[in-house]
Amino acid sequence: MREARTIVLAGNPNVGKSTVFNALTGLKQHTGNWPGKTVTAARGACSLDGETFQIIDTPGAYSLRAHSAEEEAAMEAVCFSRADAVIVVCDAACLERNLNLLYQVMEITDRTVLCVNLLDEAEKRGVRVDVKALSQALGIPVAGACAREGKGLKELLRAAKRVMDAPPAPRRVQYPNAVERAAAGLAEQLREPLENGMNPRFAALRLMENDGCFRRELAKRMVIHASVEAAIQRARTQTGLNPEALSALLTESVYRAAEEACAAAVRRPKGGEEVQLKWDRKLTGWAGVPVMLLLLALVFFITLKGANWPSAWLAAAFGEAEALLRSGLDALRFPPFWTALLTEGAFRTLGRVIAVMLPPMAIFFPLFTLLEDSGYLPRVAFTLDGMFERCHACGKQALTMCMGCGCNAVGVMGCRIIDSPRERLIALLTNSFIPCNGRFPTLFAMLTLFFAGGGLGGALLSAGLLTGLAALAVGVTLLASRLLSATVLKGVPSSYTLELPPCRRPQFGKVIFRSLLDRTLFVLGRAAAVAAPAGVLIFLLTHVQAGGLTLLSHITAFLDPLGRLMGLDGVILAGFLLGFPANEIVLPMIALAYTAGGALQETADLAALGSLLRAQGWTALTALNLMLFSLFHFPCSTTLLTIRKETGSAKWTAFAFALPTAIGMILCMITNAFAKIL
Amino acid sequence: MKTLSDISVGEGGRVRGAEGTLSRRLRDLGFTRGAAVECLFAAPGRGMRAYRIRGAVIALRQRDARQVAMEENEHA
Repeated sequence: MREARTIVLAGNPNVGKSTVFNALTGLKQHTGNWPGKTVTAARGACSLDGETFQIIDTPGAYSLRAHSAEEEAAMEAVCFSRADAVIVVCDAACLERNLNLLYQVMEITDRTVLCVNLLDEAEKRGVRVDVKALSQALGIPVAGACAREGKGLKELLRAAKRVMDAPPAPRRVQYPNAVERAAAGLAEQLREPLENGMNPRFAALRLMENDGCFRRELAKRMVIHASVEAAIQRARTQTGLNPEALSALLTESVYRAAEEACAAAVRRPKGGEEVQLKWDRKLTGWAGVPVMLLLLALVFFITLKGANWPSAWLAAAFGEAEALLRSGLDALRFPPFWTALLTEGAFRTLGRVIAVMLPPMAIFFPLFTLLEDSGYLPRVAFTLDGMFERCHACGKQALTMCMGCGCNAVGVMGCRIIDSPRERLIALLTNSFIPCNGRFPTLFAMLTLFFAGGGLGGALLSAGLLTGLAALAVGVTLLASRLLSATVLKGVPSSYTLELPPCRRPQFGKVIFRSLLDRTLFVLGRAAAVAAPAGVLIFLLTHVQAGGLTLLSHITAFLDPLGRLMGLDGVILAGFLLGFPANEIVLPMIALAYTAGGALQETADLAALGSLLRAQGWTALTALNLMLFSLFHFPCSTTLLTIRKETGSAKWTAFAFALPTAIGMILCMITNAFAKIL
Repeated sequence: MKTLSDISVGEGGRVRGAEGTLSRRLRDLGFTRGAAVECLFAAPGRGMRAYRIRGAVIALRQRDARQVAMEENEHA
């Protein structure tokens, strides 16, 4: 049996390409309503009439002239994968711009199919696409589709099979004669070194216009000899244009062809976008800022309130499971120390981390994904970009900060959406300044116990103070970003373009399933992997004695002078160190160290916790410094692991550990010194 | 020289060309000679502006919008 034929899917960002991929292959790939979600090419299989095809999905790209990591991956997949067919997915409402990519693909291979997706959405906006006329204008099969509803996909696959069996004759863009002649000459020179791996005319044009990325990829596969170099120069001279002017001419010609094709096949109403525009003006102006804050606050409120009950239920369930485990181990006649190590140490910490992390994440991320799906998030980046520009950073950092509110590890991963490596690193290193779900409860407990008091008035005051803390976190993030870009990450703000896709009704069912799957479980997996060993360590620290004192007591005694300098104490610092696997367990760890109870304490009873802490000499100053240090200290183990993965550098990981810690220590020392003077 | 950053909200014009670090990206997004463009809305302060170009809405920082040269005295 021969190998399965491959079909590459290509398309602009936000055209529903991943939805087409999922519908074809049945895979659940997360699709975002903003650029940069698919970073690597995904693979899947689908079959038609008994034949199985391999489908390769590529990241969204506006052009094969790559400008970002995603586009580079897309370019490589389309240009160099030797696919048997390429399906270009387009947004029906934005066909003219989308055809730029299609015309580029048609220069590489005849076996191209156009999928006009989102037909239903376009129709609602009054845009009508005549698929037959379009097919005639382009010379390739065109299939209309509404991938969300699964419509038109079979026809699309049939068309792909048709072009593989009998390649059509695409109507390529004709460039001015001088360019065509020069390209043909160079293509002749390239034919042999390319060894049928690539369309020589396409390669010639890219080399003539000096497409750096394409050249790099090509150089990996063939040696560009001096004779070829000379031929490129000759071809350029022949056109009488420099590479930049030639590039402009090529794109202009492509767009002229796209205009003609659309004139023949697309009917647009005059106006018709007024409603969207009216909302956009409201949502992105000054009035948009309070709307944004309210929306974020609402997301948090739902998350924190909603998580209480399932968290308590999970904690109880894990408690019962622990008892079962213990009696099981006892029945197996495990030594008591080992039984305690496994149950009170490893299992209890693991259960605790899952109980406190899972529910907030399982609520926050689907909510966040709904915002993402609706197209609101790019508008947030748009509205706030000015602030980030002044800090020489990228507006998309606003989005990674929002994600960081849910979980810093996810925020760090989200930094992939930022193209400039310098700005991406800034966003990545400062992400942990934004308090995540795991730190909000700590902050809230401190505010309630030491500043606001209980009752409705107290709750409102706490909420207000919490907002103030969040504002402080944002301020420090911006300041740190500015400082970084003035020192270790020097540079001016890079240029970038941001597409604002039309707002869409989010897909509720699928959204929840997908964000649960790929964000929550991913983070939880990483966290749980660290929690069990950390639990063992904590158990040993609290149970192994040296000189009549537990190891933990030695550590807290050692940390005490530093803690006092920061207006805290050794126990609190030890609590932060022990809370390295998850910020949620910092307060329980502190309570545990004070009571020397030997295992994780429940801190659900706020009043009891308050009297315990006051008995240890805590004041409002202690609570303030604890909150400051909670905001600004080393990221949790999951986040650091993710930073290590994303940067691939131990140096930057160490820096990400040191930067917030230093800032937090300095801030605490300053407030402590001030309080002493006053 | 008139550039895209000189177009205020609600106005339109025709592109003459793109030049600068973003030129190739901007052309790939459709900012090629003769293309009609309209400034739709703006972020607060001196922030980004959103432009309609070839059916899509693309936001640019004002300093980047200076890389797009516009035809003088022509309204689309």
